[in-house]
Amino acid sequence: MTVPPGGDRPPTTFAAARAFPGAHRPERRRTVCAAGVGLTVWELGDEDAPPLALAHGGFDFAGTFDVFAPLLAAGGWRVVSWDQRGHGDSDRAHLYSWEADLLDAAEVISTLPPGRVPLVGHSKGGRLVTHLCNALPHRVSALVNLDGLPSHRAMSDVADHERSRQLREEMGAWLEHRRSLGERERKPGTIDDLARRRGRMNSRLSEDWLRYLVTVGAEESADGWRWKIDPTMRMGGFGPWRPQWSLLQLPGIGVPVLGILGLDTELMGWGTRPEEVRPYLPAGARFEALDGVGHFVHIEQPHHVAELVLEFLA
Amino acid sequence: MTVDDPTPVGGHVVVRHHRVGVALHRLADGDAGVQPLLLLHGLGECTPPVPPSHLRWPGPVFGLDFTGHGRSTIPAGGGYTSEILVGDVDAVLQHLDRPVTVLGRGLGAYIALLVAAARPDVVRGAVMVDGPGIVGGGVHPGSPALLRPPDSDGPPDPYALLELSRDVRPPDYAKSFADFAAQGSDLDTPLWVATVVRPAWIEAILGEPGVGMGPVEEGLATYR
Repeated sequence: MTVPPGGDRPPTTFAAARAFPGAHRPERRRTVCAAGVGLTVWELGDEDAPPLALAHGGFDFAGTFDVFAPLLAAGGWRVVSWDQRGHGDSDRAHLYSWEADLLDAAEVISTLPPGRVPLVGHSKGGRLVTHLCNALPHRVSALVNLDGLPSHRAMSDVADHERSRQLREEMGAWLEHRRSLGERERKPGTIDDLARRRGRMNSRLSEDWLRYLVTVGAEESADGWRWKIDPTMRMGGFGPWRPQWSLLQLPGIGVPVLGILGLDTELMGWGTRPEEVRPYLPAGARFEALDGVGHFVHIEQPHHVAELVLEFLA
Repeated sequence: MTVDDPTPVGGHVVVRHHRVGVALHRLADGDAGVQPLLLLHGLGECTPPVPPSHLRWPGPVFGLDFTGHGRSTIPAGGGYTSEILVGDVDAVLQHLDRPVTVLGRGLGAYIALLVAAARPDVVRGAVMVDGPGIVGGGVHPGSPALLRPPDSDGPPDPYALLELSRDVRPPDYAKSFADFAAQGSDLDTPLWVATVVRPAWIEAILGEPGVGMGPVEEGLATYR
């Protein structure tokens, strides 16, 4: 039952929030040391089943797969996901970068049995596993990208002077953020408070689901719950990255590819349209555009997306 | 250590850049009425114990060690970008709390460009000279190989050597920073190119408004 947060009702308890239908916590947990950064790896499914690596998006954590991953495990896979550095239960790092996330992912994959494994990733995780198809082709058997294909249009439609203004603003905001870090902590609150805050970025997801996420991605201390994600991380930043650099990694992929795109645009998504992706897909790739679905395709339609993935990998 | 701090010449203080301690060295005293010169070393280098003999600067001279270099913190697990080194310099600028002229070698030259763009009100001229890391990783990403450096404690951190040598520097990206420096500074030529080696990012800024070119001595003389 969905109960509106706030108001006169008592705060949602941990037990009530954790009782989300269909959600299961992973069965096994281990730590992988990636050059001194501890990455928490989560596993679900038969240990002897073929492994499948599952990468979460930016500002998410492996627990966001707690409905989706069990469906893949039920389909006969040993589902291996991990919290990226600074996210979930993994270590907070001195530095964060795309290269570091790639090396971390490669370190997790290196702990799997020899041979090729399917890689599945959502959003930033989709970009990560797409990159890994080019960087580690000998370790990849198939790619599933869940709404993680950036839009070329996102930059090409922007006039030079506007792009320049955005860069200057981003640089200024980033430096001010760096100066303000200190011993910053996430703001504490109740389970309902944190769910409500996350709802601003995940407006299409149910309150019950957001409250469930709090019980996994946040921790409770004397003054309330706080998200575990490194409080020094922020959306955006400045750097030379161009979305087309990711798109240009698609055509050369030599393993079967399934791309799934949610067609309803929202804050956390890329706003990518099918016609922007299709010219870059490798020969034989399968592409599914889901009408009426937002960025979190595996959360909004876990059964349908899991069926697509299982059928594709069969 | 502000300019007036009693840290002796040859000594250093540690300036916090979030989880990293950045070593800031005092290399020379000088006329306190002249803005300090801040040295930014090249990739794999560190601040020299004394100012290079060919440099003539009438004011105080400082140098910082970038993250993973010299006496600064070596982070676990890499993650280096040029942009994070801009944060190192920005922390030092906040600490010094007065305008400075920046002299950057190699990687430090590229960082000097970015810092001059980010803080045009504080950076009174950025001189770029040759040194390790001047080229960077080219104008777009290369082959997507994942490389881990050999085990070594450093300094320099082998992750810094590897990752910062692959740092991508698109020409239009560099040109944007030259534009920001020119627009934000009240100097006629806030940027000075004294390099012999001219990778695409330097070629992109040469000829732009506010970018001077010539020997390093001439560049420094412009800002004294």
